[in-house]
Amino acid sequence: MTSNNTPVLEVRDLRVTFPSESGAVRAVRGIDFSLRSGETLAIVGESGSGKSVTATSVLGLLPTSAQVTGSVLLEGRELLGLSDTEMSKIRGKDIGMVFQDPLSALTPVYSIGTQLMEALQIHQNLSKQAARARALELLELVGIPDPKRRIDAFPHEFSGGMRQRAVIAMAIANDPKVIIADEPTTALDVTIQAQVLEVLKTAQEVTGAAILMITHDLGVVAGMADNVTVMYAGRPVEAGTAEGVFYEPHMPYTIGLLSAVPRLDKTERKALTPLEGNPPSMVKLPKGCPFAARCPIAVDICREQEPRLVDVAAVPGLQSACHRAAEIGNGDLAREGMFPTPELSEWEGESDRASRPEVLRVENLIKHFPLTKGAVFKRRVGTVKAVDGLTFDIREGETFALVGESGCGKTTTLLEILDLPRKQEGSVVVLGKETKTLTGKDRRGIRRDLQVVFQDPMASLDARMPVGDVLAEPLRAHGWSKEKIQARVPELLSLVGLLPEHAERFPTEFSGGQRQRIGIARALALDPKLIVLDEPVSALDVSIQAGVINLLDELKVKLGLSYLFVAHDLSVIRHIADRVAVMYLGRIVESGDAEAVFESPSHPYTQALLSAVPLPDPRKERERQRILLTGDLPSPADVPSGCRFRTRCPKFVGLTEGEAERCRTEDPASTAMAADHSAACHYAAALEVV
Amino acid sequence: MTTEAVAGALAADEPTKSRGRGQLILRRFVRNRLALVGIAILVLLLLGAYVLPSILKWQYTDNDWNYLGTSPGQGGHLLGTNHSGQDMLAVTLRGLQKSLVIGLIGGPLTTFIAAVVGAAAGYFGGWIDRALMWGLELLLVIPGFLLLATISPKLAHVSWLIFVLLLAALGWMITARVVRSMTLTLKDREYVLAAKYMGVGSMKIIFRHILPNMASLLIVDAAVQIGLIVLGETSLSYFGFGIQAPDISLGTLIADGEPDAITSPWMFFVPAGFLVLIGLCSAFIGDGLRDAFDPSASGAKAKVKLPADGESDSQQVEIVSNTVRAEEGLAS
Repeated sequence: MTSNNTPVLEVRDLRVTFPSESGAVRAVRGIDFSLRSGETLAIVGESGSGKSVTATSVLGLLPTSAQVTGSVLLEGRELLGLSDTEMSKIRGKDIGMVFQDPLSALTPVYSIGTQLMEALQIHQNLSKQAARARALELLELVGIPDPKRRIDAFPHEFSGGMRQRAVIAMAIANDPKVIIADEPTTALDVTIQAQVLEVLKTAQEVTGAAILMITHDLGVVAGMADNVTVMYAGRPVEAGTAEGVFYEPHMPYTIGLLSAVPRLDKTERKALTPLEGNPPSMVKLPKGCPFAARCPIAVDICREQEPRLVDVAAVPGLQSACHRAAEIGNGDLAREGMFPTPELSEWEGESDRASRPEVLRVENLIKHFPLTKGAVFKRRVGTVKAVDGLTFDIREGETFALVGESGCGKTTTLLEILDLPRKQEGSVVVLGKETKTLTGKDRRGIRRDLQVVFQDPMASLDARMPVGDVLAEPLRAHGWSKEKIQARVPELLSLVGLLPEHAERFPTEFSGGQRQRIGIARALALDPKLIVLDEPVSALDVSIQAGVINLLDELKVKLGLSYLFVAHDLSVIRHIADRVAVMYLGRIVESGDAEAVFESPSHPYTQALLSAVPLPDPRKERERQRILLTGDLPSPADVPSGCRFRTRCPKFVGLTEGEAERCRTEDPASTAMAADHSAACHYAAALEVV
Repeated sequence: MTTEAVAGALAADEPTKSRGRGQLILRRFVRNRLALVGIAILVLLLLGAYVLPSILKWQYTDNDWNYLGTSPGQGGHLLGTNHSGQDMLAVTLRGLQKSLVIGLIGGPLTTFIAAVVGAAAGYFGGWIDRALMWGLELLLVIPGFLLLATISPKLAHVSWLIFVLLLAALGWMITARVVRSMTLTLKDREYVLAAKYMGVGSMKIIFRHILPNMASLLIVDAAVQIGLIVLGETSLSYFGFGIQAPDISLGTLIADGEPDAITSPWMFFVPAGFLVLIGLCSAFIGDGLRDAFDPSASGAKAKVKLPADGESDSQQVEIVSNTVRAEEGLAS
């Protein structure tokens, strides 16, 4: 990689303002950065910090109502103020784009090849044949298998990871100077994310382009970026080299953000460090430093005057916007422990697992969906094996986590358990009661003891009901009296850290984290024994997420709950789970004590999954050896014979013919690796990957 | 101003107290002038129909034998008289009473039937869905007007309310289909699932979670249905199948005045004018409500001034509703 000294992209004092019903939203309030060829700059920040707006304004794609000032120079040419026609000549040629959602970034009615050739022919004078040849080359480059056949496929025939590869191919089609990647891997699973990041790196090497990466994932930043800019409330608060920002941050927000991230490589179990509070409203910004309200070390000047981004003397190349940066730099203010970490209360019940009562037992759970054809006479043409023989149990006071990529059947499992199935080949036993034989009255009783918290706190609360009614609903459904409900609602709100007077407000008036707290309060209303959590923190920002995880941890101990926790984020799981089961294609491939599974993962899939999780630590991240999985998750309608993981198994490739034959023909049974640790692999062997 | 800054900082942690949805819709509705005019006229008509007759000199039952079929303005008859010497204003107001009441009961009733049937079909699915949809399609293929024309004279002498029921029973089908398809999408929402897994009963879920979340559709529909029901009533009454004497409705009045529309236009055009007015108002109100509920409708969009910011002073900028979301920090 060569990097000369003249920047290809230079942004100076960029400001973006949107009008809104409640006043002008100052989404970006002055950002400067410059980008050289071959360099990667990551802009990090939480939702609403202005990072995406920054990228969009560089592309000139903001709505016309937005007011943009400042300057954006691409190789010395001013981009702000250019007409849309002129911008069109630059977009896709000098600036390539990779968006978050690869499905909506591709037009569904044209084949991948057509779209790729279109991107080429708009900006270059190429014949159809030449364009097609180049398109094939590009698809090959981004690692699409069998591009000759795949070039005529339509976007819906591609999986998410393949689509994102195709989008990257389009972005680099015209040898751009800058590639703007807006959350390029947020919508993808970890193993696919690892593949796509690898492709992005290759693309950068081939084209020599500069990458402007917008993301909230600090792990991805650590692995990709040379330089990092942290944004808060529309302004950069810290900027510098990745090492500087990650190891010697001088701004409390960066410090808080880094300590709030649950980490896969931290073994000791303690509470996460939450950043209390919410980002300020961009309409009415308080005077002074926008972070002051959440900052544990704020002093009077912080509330008076907004600090400017200035060079930090101690660390070359690092700029921070904090009045107390010098004190943080020279060690007067320790970074460790700057944000108070709550004590994690200890489980006081029976510590021996076997003697604790069982709250949920699932045996050989099966959920098959028929694939039918024909309008009048439906005939079965296949079966989608969403869940295919699942066995596990949860005991009192335990957090049991189901992990897996999207499409592995974890949500189906959850819904099947919540349905309290009557027709089920296997069995679901909730609190000692077999669901198949439950009477109507017993079912209601079980509904009381088994509650659920959904992923999206916005979608799971009825926006038309005030919070008090939302919380009262389960109570009413189970016949509580009015007086008892009125006493219970404030109690629930304070239990999850909200104020009793919030009962009159509507869900839309709360931030994401607060909404999820309301969702948890609703689940707690009836004093349940078991709570099913479907990705409860994946829709939340890192700083908010930590608080919700701590709350869940605390409630578990306080109320003696058990959790069935479904998530795809392994770092969160490592933090909260007592026991883990890793799912692949409707089966559990490895399960056991969380400590054992994370320390010595024995199934090759678990190993690959763990090694794909990026760590928010640039040095560690760059030294790590990744186990990259090839290809995508096979369709659950067409499960491979023998071991279902063999088509992607890194171990399978290295086996001798005789050994491989066993994987092809024999479905591996779960074998014990340790006391509470088992893996379903013929050749299971522990491997440290984190 | 340190105290202010601190107060602001503390408030940052509080959920922002925003205007209620109702207030927001009201504001958007008020922006639509035509809809306001519609509401005003409808209220005036309603007031006029019930309050005015007691003030007027002539009752609708009175016959002024000195002025038979006179044109407006003569002998104190503002809108003239008909052939039997009844004051046209008094008679029309009486007819208006009936027509408006029929519309105001029938419109919401139609929407209610549509909501319940559509939501039940969509929510329960399976056999209930099939049975309800079969009934609905049957009603759709039956010529409703003919059916009403045959049944209503036989029942209408019992009470005109039965007539309203009949009108509603034949007008709900299209809306019910829309409600059904909306229910299909709503029933998989997480808050509906959450309620279901909490043990809330199905009917409660329909009335607490599903129908309120399509309130916009239902309210708009009810407003439009008022006009449609009045029209339906009038046209039936015109042919003599609807309201029967001695009751009067706009329809019977129009029928009575129709033969003399050329020679004595006031006998026909006064009731007809009121009918057109009701129809127009109902359509305007429906439009206004739709714009107020639909965030993407252009009619109700806010026009805000940017704060005077140097060169661009008081520039009028259209609002994109998404910016409100961005401000809430939902768009990443």
